[in-house]
Amino acid sequence: MFGKLTWQAIPFDQPIPMAASLFVTVGIFSVLGLVTWKGWWPYLWREWLTSVDHKRIGVMYVVLALVLLLRGFIDAIMMRSQQAVAAGGAQGYLPPEHYDQIFSAHGTIMIFFMAMPLMIGLMNFVVPLQIGARDVAFPVLNAISLWLTATGALLVNVSLVVGNFARTGWLAYPPLSELRFSPDVGVDYYLWALQISGVGTLLAGINMVTTILKLRAPGMSYMRMPVFCWTALCSNMLIIAAFPILTATFGMLLLDRYAGMHFFTNGGGGNMMLYINLIWAWGHPEVYILILPAFGVFSEVIATFSGKPLFGYRSMVGATLAICVLSFTVWLHHFFTMGAGADVNAFFGIMSMIIAVPTGVKVFNWLFTLYRGRIRYEPPVLWAIGFMVTFVIGGLTGVLLAVPPADFVLHNSVFLVAHFHNVIIGGVVFGGLAGVNYWFPKAFGFTLDRRLGALSFWCWLVGFYVAFMPLYALGLLGMTRRLQHYAVRAWQPYLIVAEVGALIILCGILAIIAQLVVSIRTREQRRDLSGDPWNGRTLEWSTASPPPAYNFAVLPTVTSLDAFWTMKESGVRAPAEHYEPIEVPANSANGFITAFFAVITGFSLIWHIWWLAILGLVCAALTLMAFGWIERHEIEVSAEELAAAERAHLRPEVS
Amino acid sequence: MLVVVVPVILLTLGFAWWYRASNSRAAYEPGWVYSGQIEMVIWAIPAMVVILLAGVGWTGSHQLDPAQKLASEAKPLRIQGVSLDWKWLFIYPDQGIATVNQLVIPAGTPIEFLLSSGSVMDAFFVPQLGSQIYTMPGMSVRLNLMAQSAGEYPGFSSQFSGDGFSDMRFMVHALSAAQFSGWLERSRGSGAALDTGSFAGLAAPGTAPAGVYGSVAPHLYEWIVDTTAGLPAQREAP
Repeated sequence: MFGKLTWQAIPFDQPIPMAASLFVTVGIFSVLGLVTWKGWWPYLWREWLTSVDHKRIGVMYVVLALVLLLRGFIDAIMMRSQQAVAAGGAQGYLPPEHYDQIFSAHGTIMIFFMAMPLMIGLMNFVVPLQIGARDVAFPVLNAISLWLTATGALLVNVSLVVGNFARTGWLAYPPLSELRFSPDVGVDYYLWALQISGVGTLLAGINMVTTILKLRAPGMSYMRMPVFCWTALCSNMLIIAAFPILTATFGMLLLDRYAGMHFFTNGGGGNMMLYINLIWAWGHPEVYILILPAFGVFSEVIATFSGKPLFGYRSMVGATLAICVLSFTVWLHHFFTMGAGADVNAFFGIMSMIIAVPTGVKVFNWLFTLYRGRIRYEPPVLWAIGFMVTFVIGGLTGVLLAVPPADFVLHNSVFLVAHFHNVIIGGVVFGGLAGVNYWFPKAFGFTLDRRLGALSFWCWLVGFYVAFMPLYALGLLGMTRRLQHYAVRAWQPYLIVAEVGALIILCGILAIIAQLVVSIRTREQRRDLSGDPWNGRTLEWSTASPPPAYNFAVLPTVTSLDAFWTMKESGVRAPAEHYEPIEVPANSANGFITAFFAVITGFSLIWHIWWLAILGLVCAALTLMAFGWIERHEIEVSAEELAAAERAHLRPEVS
Repeated sequence: MLVVVVPVILLTLGFAWWYRASNSRAAYEPGWVYSGQIEMVIWAIPAMVVILLAGVGWTGSHQLDPAQKLASEAKPLRIQGVSLDWKWLFIYPDQGIATVNQLVIPAGTPIEFLLSSGSVMDAFFVPQLGSQIYTMPGMSVRLNLMAQSAGEYPGFSSQFSGDGFSDMRFMVHALSAAQFSGWLERSRGSGAALDTGSFAGLAAPGTAPAGVYGSVAPHLYEWIVDTTAGLPAQREAP
């Protein structure tokens, strides 16, 4: 009846996992209780859960990312604490079967459910506004993407309470992830969570590429698109090209585990190295899926706050496209040590170094955008400059790792761990937080607190260096990654310093929370009525903050790069004489309900509850079909409403 | 690399400081968005650095290829290593002995390793001796190392392989030629024999103390590789 699910799935006998389970359960139920008690359900349902507005969906993606940042960061602190104490003969406080789950969950959550939603959320919010569109190409599909991503995040966290998570590392290499070596449900949680959210991500990618290709405002040729849109386009093209590889790879591993097949087991003609090639054929483009939008954010932020257009726009676009293509030619550098021949290793090493060329060009372009600018030190620009300094160090160590003989001694060491945290924290996370600080006033109509914003930046920056510079050193001393305990006592001081660094980053996270709380409480004093608090250059700043559901009452006509800047210079910002009614997409519960059944299907597949899995799948399909038959998908905004709203927005300049 | 990275960091900080909005002495050119000369230089500098590094990468990959045999007067010693859950087995096929979680080698003699795994993927790594390499079930990889001088060199698995991974450590004892032959004499015939039966016990998940097998069934390594590959053993069971 309930497959493999029994009461033993709940870790009553293990204090730390049980405490974590209780913490999560109590947390979730207290939030649900609060919402019920305050009577917020109708508002949440109407304005958020069933919203198909790309702006709301973007905000929900970012909220998901920030919540999962907390979860992933708790894992990080636990790992750092374990390694800070488990020296010599000591075993620390986490047994291997728990520690192994924590580092696997940390990587999985931070990449798939923190970094990805953060970037997809920003793209979702910003891209339609920047290209002068009223929404994405497929608004309901957009909601489905969001809720499928949330489904994956939920399943990963359910594994805290019911059963356990994978103990295989964040990429679940076989044969360790095969049934023979990982017979419990951990790897199944991993696989189904990522399969379901992967579908959401692929749909989001298709949606975003279609939006950029088809919905640009009149006059916005490709070479008039803001750089963020270019990076979003490249990132989403990579999603479309790479995520099917991931889905197919996981599909084969699932067939191995569920149907006794042999894609990646040695018996029956399979080969584990097939998995490792395929997973990195997705995995390396994935790195650029994450970093390209961050590059876009920095390009916007640096240009805006320097009071100058971006230096070398064409170069920047060319560099982005070059990275997009080259990202598919380097995957083997993740496993030089498999013993391929020197020619193969040298080829992939050199391809990896070549990616450093367009990336280096980007850094120079930002540098020359600052040159002869007039830089206003708001929080977004702090993140941008912190990124430029930190990221080049990550680039340096990355090129070093791309040299095969160097990789043969540094591979899998904590030097590698320091390198990828250097580029992911210094690049993606800094970029995401720069973007949140930059576009928050657009999303909510009031600015974020500057001092707490600066404080969170400095804590993150200092914390990053204190946490990861010791790991660079330890990697050179020969410490490998994923050690639950170690014999060399000389490593311990470095690891204690690294833990202090993680605690400083924790202060940075707390400062972000404080910044949000303080800013929301003092929002009346922070109102931005202009819609353009930073003296922006691109179209998102031309509309009201928060933008109306239809974004633009009249679609803007674009005559140049930095379209809004040109409009401001030529002074053509007045309400139009005549408005046409606009149809905006109506709310739809499709995404939320489909995802609800996806949760049920995923959970029952993990626990082999076949009847429930089939039921969930059928219900999800029926939901999609039922919503497909609904006739009325749009609601109309009348010309009078538009005229009134536009007068309100543009009044300061008209009067 | 540092020649580029350090100036970039300094320029970033310098520009960020000098062109702050409150500095009235700094020039402001809001229309300055393109310079062909600068574009030329910023593409050329990374490109030249990469061309240089690519040369280093190409020659280095070939010279330091793990499969490349080492030039030496001494006759190489063959060792077959197998990673197990969670211990290391080293077979000396020409000497007919084997060790667990310790590797005794003569200093100054090239060691030709053939490495595989009897369980999941691990990586064989002795940082002070050189390159690491994956040990993959059903597959054999080659690695050539040499200890220049006598001493103790810690080794371990650098590829996570499950709960006992942190204890997958072994010590490399590099001895002088005379000490090494003495050790061989003492080891040969002492301790247990290693064949397919005792191998099954050794391969069971768990950690193991360092030890020696005084005799090894012939072609045991090949048998391990064949059977973990899921193939019928190509030779008769040793």
